[in-house]
Amino acid sequence: MQNGRFVEIWVGLFVAAGFAAFFGLAMQVSNIPLFQTVDGYDVHVRFDNIGGLRERAPVTMAGVRVGRVKSIGLDENTYDARVTITIDRRFDRLPEDTSASIYTSGLLGEQYIALSPGGLDFYLRDGDEITLTQSALVLERLIGRFLASMGEGDDND
Amino acid sequence: MLGFLARLGATTISSFQRLGRGTFFLARVLTGLHSLLPRPGLVIAQVYSIGVLSLVIIVVSGIFVGAVLALQGYNTLVNFGAEDALGVLVALSLLRELGPVVTALLFAGRAGSALTAEIGLMKTTEQLSGMEMMAVDPLRRVIAPRLLAGFVSMPLLAAMFSFLGIMGAYVVGVGALGLDGGAYWSQMQDAVDFRDDVMNGVIKSLVFGFVASWIAVFEGYDCVPTSEGVSSATTRTVVHTSLAVLGLDFVLTAVMFG
Repeated sequence: MQNGRFVEIWVGLFVAAGFAAFFGLAMQVSNIPLFQTVDGYDVHVRFDNIGGLRERAPVTMAGVRVGRVKSIGLDENTYDARVTITIDRRFDRLPEDTSASIYTSGLLGEQYIALSPGGLDFYLRDGDEITLTQSALVLERLIGRFLASMGEGDDND
Repeated sequence: MLGFLARLGATTISSFQRLGRGTFFLARVLTGLHSLLPRPGLVIAQVYSIGVLSLVIIVVSGIFVGAVLALQGYNTLVNFGAEDALGVLVALSLLRELGPVVTALLFAGRAGSALTAEIGLMKTTEQLSGMEMMAVDPLRRVIAPRLLAGFVSMPLLAAMFSFLGIMGAYVVGVGALGLDGGAYWSQMQDAVDFRDDVMNGVIKSLVFGFVASWIAVFEGYDCVPTSEGVSSATTRTVVHTSLAVLGLDFVLTAVMFG
């Protein structure tokens, strides 16, 4: 075994490199979630169908990320999907009649919620509910509709 | 027929006996851990021989595993026009599975076998009995620092492995295959969660580090004190550690991501 000083320096380097790698993983690879712990307010959104929306999916307005999906549940009385989103505290002036839609980024990409602002002077607050929603586009349903309208002519849909 | 039954019974009994001895051994080592507090030098020396000397193989295999993942992942993803998701593929597979598991397997081969051989040889040459004669508890003086050093080294090695793998994949994907560097990182950051992916990987490697060092020091301490005994104990260390790591990995994955 080499002398003690040499060993200590190498062990110090080893531990430092290990923590540096861990720190690198935390900051560069995973981007510690800002909206989950940092203050924001929760808003509930009801959808007929959420398609492939997942928890932690982004919530955007005009393409800018303003929050994240916090939780997804099923309302057992109305059989609607009940999605809770957390919106960053900085964006506290969203009109109360804001509407929400589920879109897909790219052709096969992740699904996200896009908010489009309404015109009221009252703003959304913690625990409010967005009722103006547009469900996710489910590809099979779309194709089914397209085939039906092909078959029957263009008087329906 | 009866002979077969007898052999089966003897194998079962002896494996349960070993398990029991191993558990008591572990309990005695753990209760003696506090005696290391005034003597951190013992642990540092072991972190050097277990962790620092394993660095080369961890660094090299981390980079190459990442690079190969990038090449193979690219070939499949490009068929779907999703080659920008390469970063996600590489980061998730490294952080969740490959980092902790491959590090533990390499650890078993590089450090675990050396631990077993060292302790086994100490036992064979009666150094351990000699210590007992001098009223030095070999469990505290020899075993405990090695167990602790393995437990400390494994997560550090696994973090380096994952990080270097992601870097290796970056070099291959962005440098050689011409992907967009920004998309590589941003898609990865979107998909990788700190708690779910990074921390669960760390928990896995802590568990593997504990189990791998436990098996290594126990096999050495429990070996038959002959040259044959040491060699078969070394083999058992590598085999049992690999099996335990793979089995535990399945259980942990089922609990964490199932």
